[in-house]
Formats: sequence, structure tokens, C-alpha cells
Amino acid sequence: MPDEVTQKEAAPDPGAPRIGVFVCHCGANIAGFVDIEAIENHARALPNVAFTQRNLYTCSETGLREIKTAIAAQKLNRVVVASCSPRTHEPLFRSACREAGLNPFLFEFVNIRDQCSWVHMQQREGATRKAKELIQMGVARAALLEPQEDITVGVAGKALIIGGGISGITATMSIARRGFQVILVEREKELGGILKNVHKLYPTMGSAGDLIGKNIRAVQKMPRVQVLTSARLVEVSGFVGNYKVTIDSEGKRIEDTVGVIVVATGARLLTPEGLFQYNGRNIVTQGELELLLKQGRLDADSIVMIQCVGARVPGREYCSRVCCMTAIKNAILIREAQPETAVFVLYRDIQTYGTLYEEDYRRARELGVSFIRYNLSKPPVVSSDKVIVHDELLGEDVPIPFDLLALATPLIPQAGFDELSKALKVPVDENGFFLEAHAKLRPVDFATDGIFLCGCARWPSDIGESVSQALAAAARASIPLSQGHVKVEPIVSQVDQNRCIGCGLCETVCSYVGIHLTDTPKGKKAETIRASCKGCGTCGASCPQKAIRMSHFTDGQIEAQICALVGTDK
Amino acid sequence: MTEESAFEPLIIAFCCNWCSYAGADLAGTARIQYPANVVIVRVMCSGMVHSNMIIEALTKGADGVLVAG
Repeated sequence: MPDEVTQKEAAPDPGAPRIGVFVCHCGANIAGFVDIEAIENHARALPNVAFTQRNLYTCSETGLREIKTAIAAQKLNRVVVASCSPRTHEPLFRSACREAGLNPFLFEFVNIRDQCSWVHMQQREGATRKAKELIQMGVARAALLEPQEDITVGVAGKALIIGGGISGITATMSIARRGFQVILVEREKELGGILKNVHKLYPTMGSAGDLIGKNIRAVQKMPRVQVLTSARLVEVSGFVGNYKVTIDSEGKRIEDTVGVIVVATGARLLTPEGLFQYNGRNIVTQGELELLLKQGRLDADSIVMIQCVGARVPGREYCSRVCCMTAIKNAILIREAQPETAVFVLYRDIQTYGTLYEEDYRRARELGVSFIRYNLSKPPVVSSDKVIVHDELLGEDVPIPFDLLALATPLIPQAGFDELSKALKVPVDENGFFLEAHAKLRPVDFATDGIFLCGCARWPSDIGESVSQALAAAARASIPLSQGHVKVEPIVSQVDQNRCIGCGLCETVCSYVGIHLTDTPKGKKAETIRASCKGCGTCGASCPQKAIRMSHFTDGQIEAQICALVGTDK
Repeated sequence: MTEESAFEPLIIAFCCNWCSYAGADLAGTARIQYPANVVIVRVMCSGMVHSNMIIEALTKGADGVLVAG
């Protein structure tokens, strides 16, 4: 087996394992529900176990010190901690091992709290038996662990931003200001995105044109920034730090290598064909009303706005978030400019989150805007010059004549989102918006390293939110750029090229561009791209030649766990 | 069940580190109770669970195998 593991750290040669098992009480969280003494005794009798200890809290300063002391005093070359969950505490115990001179990958976690004592609180006997079994399995696996070295790869000091709206421009300028090269790619002839068609911005009532105009001029003058319009990303390959990109700009092909990519492709407004008699003349979208206001062409004595047109309905369940405030903002602007114009807002629920937006809602009502609630089961009925709405509060149908009817339609994904999603190998949700790695913990990262996300491409968001996200994405993207290299977990696939027959199945099944076929003197062979491999092992499981081995999760290690549980040795 | 069965199956659950293993942790945080005869093996992805692994678990003595990911 070609094991390319190198040992730079003072990792003891994994010869005869000397395993130390540390059993955590976690106060009463574990010790209160299992026979913790029996568990420790059981662990002591297991093969290769040289030392056991119970700690009140293994993760405390004292607990960690005890691990380090025992590694030195007992010459331990494997450490097993039986406590909470590796998802929260593995990094902590690994670094304790590293500090004591033990390779952190010779550490094994056994989860006897989240997946044992907490879920079997009324089964003391069963929970104790299970904790013993889990430790048996952990010890068996620990004996087969191998030291691993962190992998570092260089990063090209250049970013690619896809989308030249307010999010993309903001991200571009933020990254360029930090001293890195940026390529900004915009599909349209000019920068600006959706903001070009917006009149005023809530809640400041500042001019959208001024804001976007100022930003477009600034980004075009900015050093280190290359703006490409009428351009699109044709091809992308590679991995974090080394994405090879091909861009088509006005018929010219441009090839480059970038370290990071930010997706800021925005969203577009739904055109409500076939809904509420939409005709683009006196029955328009809220977006078209916005343009009329911007161009000073609004001429109407009675304006009715219908909210949630094509949104929060079967087939498009989500709330577009920005339409309520847009309607309220426009209603305020209209009533302030022409107090004689009647404005009605027919809504299902009002989404004016935060204190500032709620203030605008109140202001609109003070200015005499009528808000009438309707129910999806009895939607407003539109004829050529009037709307009949079933007022939920009155319980009656109310006819409202109009000169102009504005339909608030939701932001929907950009055309071509699926191609981009496939090219970058990043996921979209059921609506077609790009999906971040974790809604709360990693909101502007994709699960694929080195690719980031901001603005309406992710989810309908207003200008302030888009700018915040763009700055966040730029900050996240700047981490690998400024470090100049990235550290990658060494849990990756290892290919035995002597066994590999170059069938390429591994490359097909890999979701992360983590393995590819490469030309070798012996023909095409699979090769791990260690920087982008996530260690999922799908390639290994699909390899007909069993030529792929997963470091830190070898078949042997997993089989040892199974054997330790069912008590049969191979 | 009116009569308590003597048979207690031993179940091995292969759980993906990123989803179902996290879900099993969440069950713990929420104190959701379940029988103690299911034992979880953490894998980096359910995709790494080769069919041979499942067969091996069953032939070695597991009564049931759950692959969650």
C-alpha cells in the first residue's frame, strides 16, 4: 500500500499501540446515567490499553493537562477520549495531543454523551453496556490509526467575482482594497444590476441611481480591478487557491487562474404573465411602477398595490422579503408628492422587520395609505378599472377603482443559475437560489472551499443586506488570499496507481473535483487533488479495483470497529 | 406489544459526519430517548459505506444495519 504519509512531527512510530483511555464524567451528564466506574474497568481490560483515567471534565484545563501528562509518563502513542461529540470537541483534544508531541490523528473520539447517556437516560444498564461497546470500538480503531500531516497548498492572489450588481461591486472593491487583483464579470453590457431600475432606497430615501452610479465609477477606476462586461464564465476547473477559469467577454476568450470565486449573480423580478390581468400598461409590476416614479411619469389618482403576486403560493412558497418595504416606500413617496392620490395596499402579511422598517409602515399609515388584508383563498378580483377585494376584517367584498394597479412580484433566481451551479459544482435550493454551507455558521461560504456567495443570488435581500453580505463574502474570501496558502484536513483519498485501471468512475462520482484522471507513463490513472478532496470516500466505495484508500477512515479501521462490537475477529 | 420479546436486535448505524451523525448529536441535545441497542459508526459520508461493509456487519453478527446520510 503506497502510503505517502510523512511524519514531520514527533509522532511515535505506530508500532505496538499503547492506548490511553480517558473517560469523562461531564459532571453528571454522563456519570449520572451510566456506571462510569464499570466503564473505566472495562476499558482497562481491552487489548492495547496501557492506561485509563476518569475525569470530571476532560475538556477542562485539568483534564487536558492530565492527557498531556499521561502521554509523556505512560508513553502513550494513541489517545481515546470517551465524552461528548467529535463535532464540538475533537479539535480541542487533537491540539492537546499535538502539544504533548503526539500526532493529532492518533487521537480517537468516542461519543458516550450525545449519542449514549443523553438518549438512554432511563436505561442505565443498556446505556452502560452501550458505552462499553462504543469504547471497545474506539480502542480497536485507535490501534489502527496512522499519523497524518496537514496538507498546505498555495493560493493565487486573485479573485473572480461573478455578477456586477451592488453585491458584486461591493465585494470587488473590498477585496481590491486589501491589495489583491480582482476580475469582475458582468453578463450585461454595463454594471449596476437591478439597482439601475430602482428609484429611491428605503429606509433612507436616498437615490438608487446615485448610489449605484457612484459605485460603478469607483470600481472602474480602482487599481487592480479588471471589469469585464458582456462576459460570462465559460469553464472552471481546479480547487481552492487554484481555480482555472475561462471567461468569454465580448467574443474574446480570457483564461486566468484565481484563488477564490465569489458568486454575486443577483436575482430578477418575476413577470406576472396571466396574473391579475397584468398588461404592462395600467396593470404593471411594482418594479415598473418604480421606473415610472424614477422617470417622473406617474400619473394616476387612484393606485392599488397587490402584494404577494406569484409569491407564497403553491409552487413558489417563499417570501421575497423586499416587496412589502418596496410597496410601503413607493406609497410614502406617492402620498408625499401627491396627497390627493389615493393609495391602497392589498396584502396578506406585512413583512417590515426591524425597528426602522416598522417605522416606515407606521409613516405610510399616517400618510393615509389604506392597508387591506386579503386571504389567499379569496384573492382580489381585477377587472379593467377596479379591484374587488374581500376585506378580511370587514368580512365584505370592497370594490376599489384604480388608474394604476401595481403587482408586487417576488425576486426569482437569475436565468442560467443551473449552468453556473453545474460549472462551479455548488448547490442550489429547491427554488433555484444558491445554497450556503450552513445558514447560521457559514452563511456566505459554499461547502466547496474557496467559493463564496452574497446578495440576491443566495436569497432575496435588500440593498443594505446585500452590501453586508458582500463585505462578509469579501472578508471570508480574503482569508486564503492573504494567507497565501490554505491548510486542508489530511482526511483524503489515496490512490494505488498500480491497481488503478483508469476507468474514471471515481472522477464521475466525486462531487468536489477531488480526484481526476491524469496521464502517467503507465496510461491514465486516478490522482487525488488533495486540496479539494473532502474525504467523503465515495470514490473508494465505487472503485471496482479497490485502488482507493481513505486516510483516517480506512476499510480496515471501520472493520475493526465492527469486529470489536460483534465480538468476532476476522 | 403486549408480550415482551426476548429478542433484542443489535443495530449498526453508519452515520455521515456532516448530517446524520450531527442529527444523532442533536437527538442527544434534545434528550430524545431511543433504545440502547443501536450503535453508531461515524463515517465521513454515507457514500464511503461500501456494500461489503454492510454485508460484513450482518455476517459478523449485527441484526440490522442502518446507513444514514
